[in-house]
Amino acid sequence: MNEKILKVLEQNAKATPLQLATMTGVPVSEVKETIEQAERERVILRYKTVINWEKLGNERVMALIEVKITPQRGVGFDALAERIYRFAEARSVYLVSGTYDLAVLVTAGSMHEVANFVSQKLSPLEGVQGTVTHFLLKRYKEDGEILDGKEESHRLAVAP
Amino acid sequence: MDSTRTRKQLIADRVAGLSPSGIRKFFDLLASLEGVISLGVGEPDFVTPWRIREAAIYSLERGYTSYTSNYGLPELRKELANYLRCLYSIEYDPQGELLITVGVSEALDLALRAILNPGDEVIMPDPCYVAYSACVTLAGGTPVPVPTTVENGFAIRAADIESRIGVRTKALLMGYPANPTGAVLTRPELASICDVATKHGLIVISDEVYARLVYDIEHTSFPCLPGARENCILLGGFSKAFAMTGWRIGYAAAPREILEAMTKVHQYTMLCAPTVGQMAALEALRSGENDVVAMVEDYNQRRRLMVKGLNDIGLACYEPKGAFYAFPSIAATGLTSDQFAEKLLNEERVAVVPGSAFGSCGEGFVRCCYATAVPDIEEALRRIERFVKRHRMP
Repeated sequence: MNEKILKVLEQNAKATPLQLATMTGVPVSEVKETIEQAERERVILRYKTVINWEKLGNERVMALIEVKITPQRGVGFDALAERIYRFAEARSVYLVSGTYDLAVLVTAGSMHEVANFVSQKLSPLEGVQGTVTHFLLKRYKEDGEILDGKEESHRLAVAP
Repeated sequence: MDSTRTRKQLIADRVAGLSPSGIRKFFDLLASLEGVISLGVGEPDFVTPWRIREAAIYSLERGYTSYTSNYGLPELRKELANYLRCLYSIEYDPQGELLITVGVSEALDLALRAILNPGDEVIMPDPCYVAYSACVTLAGGTPVPVPTTVENGFAIRAADIESRIGVRTKALLMGYPANPTGAVLTRPELASICDVATKHGLIVISDEVYARLVYDIEHTSFPCLPGARENCILLGGFSKAFAMTGWRIGYAAAPREILEAMTKVHQYTMLCAPTVGQMAALEALRSGENDVVAMVEDYNQRRRLMVKGLNDIGLACYEPKGAFYAFPSIAATGLTSDQFAEKLLNEERVAVVPGSAFGSCGEGFVRCCYATAVPDIEEALRRIERFVKRHRMP
């Protein structure tokens, strides 16, 4: 699979097959095939847009929740992780090394909603030993994009 | 007293006789316009990778603010020797064969001043980088341009060089990958040039500042050719490969005798390159390779976009294999390079550089830099397309 095509798409999901073909020097037909195959095999999971909601005054709450759990016989952490990631509130769920086991990223409309989710859904689950909730205070960089204070070009318009 | 006469007396003939760079006059025009997309730049659009900047800041915090050795920081020269060995399998002794300079610009000036006697001739391709001819003149030499053509991909040919060699010919000065054409010489082409230079005892000044920016082809460093090293002054820098133009750090690599002479000029005129820049360059050599590879891939994508776009518009553009310039022919419009650049700027707000700024053989072409964000390249191409439609020769 041509990774160059995927790398361009990862940065710009709107790039057309023709643009991709020109930029990577690969025939259009092969670009289309690569994309179809990648979608089919779930190498491409989804095309998304990175949005700075704060600019619209949209106060969405994000929290990183540390979850300590007891691994279960035969399935380890996976079964409990699945019970957690099936909740729509859980945006991302990672198994991590260190002092806790699962890192759960939660988005909700308010702090109250996050608190409810943790106290009523997450904590009571069998196998969950404890949780620590960190509310996100400020986003500096999202998916490789600096939200504010992105470096501007200071180049002269014409130079030798 | 007549004012022209006063000026003539004030300024040395050598300087008064230099014509100002053809690029300069666009500054004024540009300043008065808004919404211009510039394809007229000659530098990367990347900011220096943060790890390099961070290392420079740290060096300031630790107090590295004094002079360095005239030759440059010993660690930097050692890393540079390694770098050249890894890239081109060529050996330069960090003690006496490598000199850190204030950009390749200073290195070029030093090389010319170190080797030229008044009236010595220096052969160079036409078109070429704007400073070559002026630097030769300022060093007391005489520039001898060798025409190159689009049919040969703007590669200077050994036979053309040989036909211009006379008793006063001292050196050949060339820069490949080339600004403004993006031309790259193949190893066989370089080998025949090397044969001619050796046969006639020419010193070859090889400006390889764009060496890392080549696409789908390998760069051959001139001194790597058999027998080339002894008469070659290799010039290189950090500006283009590591996006470090403003730091002003370059280097020269040459056999001991030549490098000593260059260092003599350097120690009296410059003393040493800025220390903070040298610290940044050191970090670039130690950890910047991944950044270089990523930037080259990025340039390559934009290069294809630009070259295809220009050809689709009807501005015939051969495939440039290096640097970050496309050099399309504007013959379809019947305009001169100067007219084209000026009208395009005024009518469509796109800045390009007229090919004539780089020598008479650049007439009929314009330089378009593709070190510009993809959406800007696409918009610039749309504007150029409108412009060409309006001005197409009947």
